[in-house]
Amino acid sequence: MTAVRSLAVWCPDWPVIAAGGSAELPGAVMHANRVVACSAAARLDGVRRGQRRRDAQSKCPELTVYGHDPGRDARLFESVAAAVEAIVPGIEIIRPGLLVVAARGAARYYQGELPLIATIARAVSDATRFDVQLGIADGIFAATQAAYAASIVPAGAAAEFLAPLPIRVLDRPELADLLTRLGIHTLGDFAGLPRADVLARFGPDGAYVHDLARGIEVRPPAARVAPPELDVEMALDPPINRVDTATFVAKTLAEQLHERLVARGLACIRISIEARTENGEQLSRSWRHGSVSPAVTTPGFTAKGFTANAIADRTRWQLDGWLSGTIRSDDGQPSSGLVFLRLVPDEVVYDDGRQLSLWGAEAGGASGPGGDLEQIDRALSRVQGMLGPDAVVTAVVGAGRDVAEQIRLVSWGEPREVLPADAWPWPGRLPAPSPATVLKPAQPAIVTDIGGNLVVVNGRCVISAAPSWLRVGQQPPVAIIGWAGPWPLDVRWWDRLTARRRARFQIATAEGVGLLMVCENGRWQVEALYD
Amino acid sequence: MPQALAELFPEGGVRRGSTITVSGSSSLVLALLAEVSRHQGWCAEVGSPLLGSAAAAEAGVDLERFVRVAEPGEQWPSVVASLLEAFDIVVVHPPPRAREADMRRLSARARERSAVLLTTAKWEGSQIGLSVVEQRWHGLGSGHGYLQAHELQVQSIGRGAAVRPRRATVWLPQGT
Repeated sequence: MTAVRSLAVWCPDWPVIAAGGSAELPGAVMHANRVVACSAAARLDGVRRGQRRRDAQSKCPELTVYGHDPGRDARLFESVAAAVEAIVPGIEIIRPGLLVVAARGAARYYQGELPLIATIARAVSDATRFDVQLGIADGIFAATQAAYAASIVPAGAAAEFLAPLPIRVLDRPELADLLTRLGIHTLGDFAGLPRADVLARFGPDGAYVHDLARGIEVRPPAARVAPPELDVEMALDPPINRVDTATFVAKTLAEQLHERLVARGLACIRISIEARTENGEQLSRSWRHGSVSPAVTTPGFTAKGFTANAIADRTRWQLDGWLSGTIRSDDGQPSSGLVFLRLVPDEVVYDDGRQLSLWGAEAGGASGPGGDLEQIDRALSRVQGMLGPDAVVTAVVGAGRDVAEQIRLVSWGEPREVLPADAWPWPGRLPAPSPATVLKPAQPAIVTDIGGNLVVVNGRCVISAAPSWLRVGQQPPVAIIGWAGPWPLDVRWWDRLTARRRARFQIATAEGVGLLMVCENGRWQVEALYD
Repeated sequence: MPQALAELFPEGGVRRGSTITVSGSSSLVLALLAEVSRHQGWCAEVGSPLLGSAAAAEAGVDLERFVRVAEPGEQWPSVVASLLEAFDIVVVHPPPRAREADMRRLSARARERSAVLLTTAKWEGSQIGLSVVEQRWHGLGSGHGYLQAHELQVQSIGRGAAVRPRRATVWLPQGT
């Protein structure tokens, strides 16, 4: 399969530009306290993607910080897309800030690739205030890289052009990490590996990126045009002219489409969004599954094709772009609302990434349902959908002396951060084994000595008498056959409101149960059971 | 699986797709989870009180692959059913008035998905039940020492091949 001659139009640092920043002023778009994108000026000062806000601001104190809004990015990019489309039809948006288009026919029409680029650049700068960089090469991947370098790569020379680029431009962090450790740093090195070995070791996806590195194939293997019955469409009555209404429609249609694809074992890698306005204008725009940018891939997994949510997002962005004003009739007024919407899966591939065998195991994998992270995530997302995102947690054993205090619960999907304090020694912690049941709240109890008097611990942490009987709640008293303590836990003594002084004991009863007990202000409680 | 635990099961281990009940000892539950974790399996827990996380880590359970839902509320059967789709073992602390029909349905789901359903209270449709007959802690004196080793007399009784009760002495944490 020969690569299609492609032209890529790239707006550098698009999220910052869309947010109202400019390349000359230091600015950065932040999401979850991390830099998502930054302007060229900020980059000169040492701001990088993925940096924390505080680090970025210390590198560059005059940094302007913008909020992250993918919808805004897509909406504003629509003006660039429209300007390019006026010159060359059939554009595909890979992500807001980057689009590609087949170059061959247009280059012939404009008598060469250089004039084509000049025409497009002029059209965009006339129609919008944004700067763009363009590149032409064989294949979408090479064209994208060419746009980053603002160059035209001659036909057939994609491999030489790509060879010196670092391996991370493939956007496969795990693969890049492994290859770097194997001493393979550039695409040229990677392309030099025998293809059969790459396929054997890294699977179909590895072979696919290997092809990218060799500059010979652009579309994923076995891409095929979807049969027509996969389209989903909806007549909109009353017409939509507000974004919030569009959101509902987008979600419904996206789910329908995704269901149809899944039913046939397909994944969509390019989708066309088509709409008609009340005045009869036809609108259409394609989106490609962007594995070029980490911002667009599903967090956590390199899922193949669009997920239902991803389709809904793109549809919503696109509708937002259209509704917010690039559809204008000749007199300059926004035209009427949308009366018809259709989603067409332009390119689909067999979704072999998550095909399950009859017995629930991954085809060819180990027996049993577990182990497939994507399946686990799907099950947990469903539970999170029922109970809320915070209901599903994993635990991190971290800093603290108390059995309850040292456990941090992290919601599924959040990063399991390990803090520096977790590794510090915490003198005063009880040695292993830890109690297998931590009671929340602690249960009140009564501990008495052999004569039936309440056992107390004084201010110097001295026990009044050896404990002999334990009575938890309303249960009958049991004999204590072993005990140890008191181990004082005097925490936050510097703060009168939260200070606590407790004395801890381990107690073994005649029934063979071990308990972790706490005496605080003369009151006993069972904190945990060693059961 | 350690010899002492294996003796409790007629097949010498927990069979995939089965429902087992372990009552009276959380450490015993953790010992079984650790076995799953050792084979890179995924564990889930539904209901409260949750098993102690520090104890789980010490027993050898990989906390990254041990997901908990402490308060499923009324929807607990749907939550357990969803988790059985993907997890190797799901620990359930059933609420006091769990319906028999729900229990049977979930056991059937576990069988169908070849996942293990482990319950900590009486359960209709459980194939094998482990209970602690006698237990004793070692390591504590009168005013000195630490809890060190837990000696458990465990009895297993169930249906089919497990109808004859088996007994074993298990020492926890393992290796003591």
